[in-house]
Amino acid sequence: MFWNRAMETIRGDELADLQLKRLKWSLHQAGKTGLYQRKMREAGVSPDDIKTLEDVERLPLTTKKDLQAGYPFGLFAVPLREVVRIHTTSGTTGKPTVVGYTRNDLDNWSELIARNMTMIGLGEDDIFQNAVNYGLFTGGLGFHYGAEKIGMTVIPSATGNTRRQIEMIEDFGVTVIHCTPSYALHLAEVAESMGKSLDSLRTGIFGAEPWSESMRSELERRLGVKAYDSYGLSEMYGPGVAFECPERDGLHIWHDSYLVEIVDPATGERLAPGERGELVITPLVKEAMPLIRYRTGDITRLMDEDGCVCGRGQKIERITGRCDDMMVIRGINVFPSQIEHVLRSLPEVGDQFMVYIDRVKHLDEMTIEVEMSKAAFSGELQDLARMQKKISAELQNTLGLRTAVRLVEPGSLPRFEGKARHVIDRRGDA
Amino acid sequence: MEKSSYIIKQISVFSENRPGRLAAIAAALRDAEINILAFSIAEADGFGVVRALVDRPDDAYRTLTDLGFRVSFTDVIGVKMRDEPGGLSEIASVLGDAGINIEYAYAYSGKDAAVLILRVDQVEDAVRKILDHGGELLRLPIKS
Repeated sequence: MFWNRAMETIRGDELADLQLKRLKWSLHQAGKTGLYQRKMREAGVSPDDIKTLEDVERLPLTTKKDLQAGYPFGLFAVPLREVVRIHTTSGTTGKPTVVGYTRNDLDNWSELIARNMTMIGLGEDDIFQNAVNYGLFTGGLGFHYGAEKIGMTVIPSATGNTRRQIEMIEDFGVTVIHCTPSYALHLAEVAESMGKSLDSLRTGIFGAEPWSESMRSELERRLGVKAYDSYGLSEMYGPGVAFECPERDGLHIWHDSYLVEIVDPATGERLAPGERGELVITPLVKEAMPLIRYRTGDITRLMDEDGCVCGRGQKIERITGRCDDMMVIRGINVFPSQIEHVLRSLPEVGDQFMVYIDRVKHLDEMTIEVEMSKAAFSGELQDLARMQKKISAELQNTLGLRTAVRLVEPGSLPRFEGKARHVIDRRGDA
Repeated sequence: MEKSSYIIKQISVFSENRPGRLAAIAAALRDAEINILAFSIAEADGFGVVRALVDRPDDAYRTLTDLGFRVSFTDVIGVKMRDEPGGLSEIASVLGDAGINIEYAYAYSGKDAAVLILRVDQVEDAVRKILDHGGELLRLPIKS
């Protein structure tokens, strides 16, 4: 089922023409902000230089830091009286990012949600419990308006009071639930403890945090739903940017509204088709807050160019992580590969390392644990302290960040098989 | 030759500053039946160095290294002090007057004397000065 068949299935030259037309409009819109006037000038490129979609590579990338620097309304391309809604991000990585919406933006956004939900067969006959945070978080209102648009019966249950949530599912005959995968697991546990089987539930929409295929099977088994992955970010309106179709093999990203690139997270260079890297999105229809080549920090890849058996276009793979552990520390992007590079150049330490990020008195603190190499230990405490200082200074040179270096005993750091996880971000733990 | 036999090999072991690390070192030495005569711990930011005089330093070095510890030898001297007021003062004065710097020191009180373990910047000079002043130094091999 399609909500907007023309836009959902557009491809080839027709899509390229539309994207180019909308890209030009977006550049014009972005040019109204001080940020993009400056960024375009610095990159030595003007909107007129963009003649084909390939030219997009000449445009500057935008980072979360740019958005934070514009706090609060610096990225708005329209007067505030045309902004009808404001959301902010949680601010887990520094200052909150403020996003604004014109009336058209809200229509566009709910249109995308409507497409997503129609795509998985939902409609007027469904009763939808929207069990995510309402308020500044985009997930609540975003899904709410999209669900209303397609005529679902919407229960804005928000989060919390899990027993009440379960009673509502039972009493109202809820067929569709939207929440985070971890909350869904909690719901399942509480429902089991209450002896409730939640028979009416058929569909689960889960997003806002990464979740695995094994989590999918568990949620499907315990809640009796078919589970769909939802992807979005506040900078691109919120949820609704990409969504699984019934094939559940990758997410459809709406190419009429978002121009998608995959770049190397370390260099920002465009990667070859099919390669896995950082998702970079240029929104094509955003009025209040146009963005150019926004670095999402999410790792994925573009899937089969020929599109999907469902008739829609090219999909992205499920998000596999945050930018190979790219960290935003005090607004500075840090990649584990940079740390590895510094450590490899120092004979005093081994290749193994772990990075811990904490929030101490509202400031991000990065601690790096390294193992000293065999030859480096003189037995003198002061030499160790000197080594510690040297490593810290080298890291500061490269990263532009003060880091605490901890020397640990050889063999005490975890060894990884396959993909290494060198970073433990504890900022959300407090 | 004479002087160098007074220079004792202390083992220095890198250790993280967290519970159980000293226990791990001590257990390794126990299992190898190596006796610890004296030891001290120097600590810095998150890590430390365990310094020990043991009866079989080469065996201790091998044992700990095999277990993955970072170990090195450090030259120290052991000065027998009179176990009464003024004992430390005498030795410190001799070295101070000779312009020899003490980097660190720790002591143990044994059966027949108190012993001051010294890490100094000019170890041979220190040995000579102390002997010249009639001081008594530990010699290798150390008997426990």
